[in-house]
Amino acid sequence: MKRIVILLSAFFVVSGVHAIDTGEAFDDPVMQARYEELIAEVRCLVCQNQNIKDSNVFLAADLRREIRRMMSEGMSDAEIADFLVARYGDFVLYNPRKSGSTLFLWLAPALLLVAGALVLARVVSKRTSMPIDDDALEN
Amino acid sequence: MLRYVVLIAAFAMLIGIFALGLKRDPRELPSVLIDKPAPEYELPTVKDPTVTVGSDDYAGQMVLVNIWATWCVGCRQEHEYLMELAARNEIPLYAINWRDQRQQAIEWLERLGDPYVASAYDEDGRVGIDWGVYGAPETFLVSADGNVLYKHIGPMDETVWQREFVPRIAQQGAPQ
Repeated sequence: MKRIVILLSAFFVVSGVHAIDTGEAFDDPVMQARYEELIAEVRCLVCQNQNIKDSNVFLAADLRREIRRMMSEGMSDAEIADFLVARYGDFVLYNPRKSGSTLFLWLAPALLLVAGALVLARVVSKRTSMPIDDDALEN
Repeated sequence: MLRYVVLIAAFAMLIGIFALGLKRDPRELPSVLIDKPAPEYELPTVKDPTVTVGSDDYAGQMVLVNIWATWCVGCRQEHEYLMELAARNEIPLYAINWRDQRQQAIEWLERLGDPYVASAYDEDGRVGIDWGVYGAPETFLVSADGNVLYKHIGPMDETVWQREFVPRIAQQGAPQ
């Protein structure tokens, strides 16, 4: 019994978690929260399915450092996004901006919905105009 | 009948799109700097921290700007070709040594040869960010009026040179 308890408790031993972001945190908790929100929205281009908040690649660290610098210089989120897009393209933002070449991306669901509705309307109107076969109903 | 033709055509189109997607490398992102002014910078050189090199040094000249580092396998792979390209004297090669150790970079250039007019030492990657660098090696073609004409991601070789660089250089040289 004792052995099992020890064995089971081993599952709850968590190895020390390494901090990915080793940069200095903002003194202002509001700024820190804004910073954390920002870096979660920026794609790490080396490890493309990670954001720079979760990545410990040096490019991610460099970008975090630059974002921290720009924030302390008083730049807005939009200005920081512009800075990144001007260098790495729209792909760098996980939440692409609603303009230019990404507009189609944002409008595609609505366009598909309209196209689907048109097809549905056509099918339904065709079916309703068909004569009802009374014999078939009786069987 | 028509319905089946439409369905099959739509299916074929979808397969076509997937086939295209399969062949493309998702890691190769087009540079947003193409046909835009190349970033300006001034950094100490790799070989001598008291001397600087930067975009002003090649103003008015068409040049290659190569991003390299000693930790980068692709850079080792392309180095021999860069030596050969430099020896042909077709275009000056400038470099940005990206996120590297200075001593290792100096040893690399001594051991393997130095194809560059000068290598800027971008220790903290600040200049690399301006160039939109995300993986070395990267090679930029910068026009005489300072615009980025092309960016190649990955090792350079003669095939890439002939296919991507030579036509673009020729186009620039032709009288307007």
